[in-house]
Amino acid sequence: MASLPLEGIRIIDLGVVAAVPYSTMMLADMGAEVIRVETTQVFPHLTRGVLARPTRELARQWITTSGGYPNDREPGERPWNRYPFFNYMARNKLGMTVDLRKPSGLEVFSRLVRISDAIMENNTPSSLERMGITYEWLCGVRPDIIFVRLSSFGQTGPYRDYRAFGLQTESFCGHDLLRKYRDRDPSHNSWAVPSDHAGGLSAAIGCMMALIRRRRTGRGELIDVSMVESFLNNVGHIVMDYTMNGRVQESLGNRDRDAVQGVYRCKGDDRWVAITIATDEHWRGLRETAGNPAWCDDRRFGTVCDRIRNQDALDPLIESWTLQHEHREAASMLQSRGVPAGPVLDDADAYADPHLRERAFFVRLKQAECGEHLYPGPPWKLSSTPAAMRHPPVRLGEHNEFIYKQLLGYSDREYEELERQGHIGTDYAPQIP
Amino acid sequence: MDFDFQALQGVRVLDLTRHVAGPFCTKLLADYGADVIKIEQPRQGDPARWIGPFAGGMPDPERSGLFLHLNTNKRSVTLNLKSETGRAILLKLLRSTDILVENFRAGVMSSFGLDYASLREINPRLVMTSISNFGQTGPYRDWSASELVLYAMGHEMWGTGAPDAEPAGVANKLNLHLAGQSACAATLCVFYGAQVSGTGQHVDLSIMEVLAAAPDRRGVALVAYQYCGDRLRRQSAARVIDPPPFMNQCADGLFEILVGIDRWEAFVRTVGEDWINDPAFRPPVRDPAISERFNARWRPWCRARTKRELTERFQNGGVPCAPLNTVADLAGDEQLMQRNFFVRIDHPAAGPLTYPGAPFKMKETAYVVRRPAPLLGQHNAEILGELGYQTAELAALSAAAVI
Repeated sequence: MASLPLEGIRIIDLGVVAAVPYSTMMLADMGAEVIRVETTQVFPHLTRGVLARPTRELARQWITTSGGYPNDREPGERPWNRYPFFNYMARNKLGMTVDLRKPSGLEVFSRLVRISDAIMENNTPSSLERMGITYEWLCGVRPDIIFVRLSSFGQTGPYRDYRAFGLQTESFCGHDLLRKYRDRDPSHNSWAVPSDHAGGLSAAIGCMMALIRRRRTGRGELIDVSMVESFLNNVGHIVMDYTMNGRVQESLGNRDRDAVQGVYRCKGDDRWVAITIATDEHWRGLRETAGNPAWCDDRRFGTVCDRIRNQDALDPLIESWTLQHEHREAASMLQSRGVPAGPVLDDADAYADPHLRERAFFVRLKQAECGEHLYPGPPWKLSSTPAAMRHPPVRLGEHNEFIYKQLLGYSDREYEELERQGHIGTDYAPQIP
Repeated sequence: MDFDFQALQGVRVLDLTRHVAGPFCTKLLADYGADVIKIEQPRQGDPARWIGPFAGGMPDPERSGLFLHLNTNKRSVTLNLKSETGRAILLKLLRSTDILVENFRAGVMSSFGLDYASLREINPRLVMTSISNFGQTGPYRDWSASELVLYAMGHEMWGTGAPDAEPAGVANKLNLHLAGQSACAATLCVFYGAQVSGTGQHVDLSIMEVLAAAPDRRGVALVAYQYCGDRLRRQSAARVIDPPPFMNQCADGLFEILVGIDRWEAFVRTVGEDWINDPAFRPPVRDPAISERFNARWRPWCRARTKRELTERFQNGGVPCAPLNTVADLAGDEQLMQRNFFVRIDHPAAGPLTYPGAPFKMKETAYVVRRPAPLLGQHNAEILGELGYQTAELAALSAAAVI
């Protein structure tokens, strides 16, 4: 079989929480050898858990993405290896521990840099610099190194060191106001962090562009990803409505400027179907699917423009039909007449979805401390190198011995010494809660 | 030109995309140096040309803000792929192409005889990326979709919003851009591999799957569901009873702040008023009456200050917080200004306008707008000329509605 596209590329992953860990997972899925560099001495809040050692009672109070440990929310002996948020983005990676705050740790790190192609990170900009890790230092260790840095606001400017997670980045970007319910203030909505998704993708794109250029020129690169600036590109048309016309677009909720669109309640408990009626053809499709009810002849719904203008009156009528059907059934019936419609799939529905199953979207991974589970896989299929899952979600310090001894050339004695100094381990320091 | 001016210079892209996801993928390639040739349908062109917002408000295919933003640095050729001559021209272009990106409905490329198996016969190095709603296979392959439908089926929509309201979406067209970025990342990985190995590959990218794999909750919630059997439920950000509330009204809008027990001392110090020293306010607070007592003092304190003032104050005090901005706030924002984020681009029909600039900065090479979005068919003569067509032949092709 052909080799994976990025086979032979080694990437150091200093990522935290979501954006860069997602980015490095993509590159790992594509064949890069991604090495997570972590420390047992400081707990990375929200990366490997809300707390290192939460009680089961606490885990039960948290939302699933934070407290959803395997076996009925049992944190287990090493909760950091069972944390769903981390484990989603940890497959196909290797893991080592080293305390970069100590000079001896920086020495280990520089050995790793010497044999790596790229380093990716998304810490608050000053935190790596405090440890002496800068682009200049890295270039001294390896002149053609690629350093990808991601942060909320970028590596320069007055807000450079502002503390922000995805949530703060979202509100800063204007997204909280763009996605609020039309008739409620934004605090009624739940959290969402697509700016992490956008930023993570920009980091992967930047890294690849730099690798492509390095092949041509032999030169290294420093990439500065601002999550805010990345996000604003993804709503460029909304930005330009302001710069062109001075218009501040308001949230439309689930509606659309050019179509009748919404999410309608279906038969069952908390079941919904999304429908878009953009054209007269779609309208005819809806009408036939619903069995030509009298309301379809209402003059208020005669043309595309009429329907959009009178959507408040139309919505309950559409819902009177959707309520008679299961969400999947309503969508299939509409689709068979060419109407864009889809069930709102909850987490359980997604695993049962015939399309995702047929495309083998989910991948089965067996991790020593979690057991065997299905995980969402890569969103692409490659024609000659199917995404092979090489490693399950990486455990803290799982590959210490291999990395220190085989890759970095430390002797058994040196390894023991580094272990004694607190660099090497598989558990967080006991004083960490 | 300097051989090391832009990261992707020398990379040739044949762009058979339209609307949002595909064009955003190829825009990213073009803005960092690739030579992107955009193939458009004669007369009508990319449907995004007909989608607003329009400069000045009146629909005009050369003045759509959506199109102008998504097509910077590309050259446009009109080509009727349904005609044999049109396809022959495309195949000529293909010989010098490194990357082809398309986002037709699944099956359309095959119906033109332009499936990957046929194209790689002509160019074995070719990397081809197909972006589609549901992918090139599977039971939904031919389903119709809108962005909302894809979000409902792929993403964590069911778990987004208030428990007493319908599941909620995100900003208009945002998900399509995420799909475009994902396609760009995958394409570059496969292109890198093709440079090493000498052979290309076909990438089948499904927008539904991009959303189902999102690091923004869905991918994680799917893992959590496997682990513990619970679904992520809709829950409002407002439900916290620990002071201070997550979102707060201030003099000129809303402001959010995340304190919690770890940063409580920093928060108290930053407010710096006597009333806030009450130990009862320290989280966790179980009694809503205490939260109310806190809010009675806190709310007027916030209302007397602007969101920017509050953000600066708490950020300087080490507490994560942010203003709820609008685009108007962002257009004049000091951080974006100092980083020269926005770019000014002059376009022959739309005039000089301000656009969002680089999504990321590269230190050693440039992000540059070498040319604005193309007029429909603007580069017909130039590109067909490069293929060796003479002026008379171009006129004949135009008359036959091939270009």
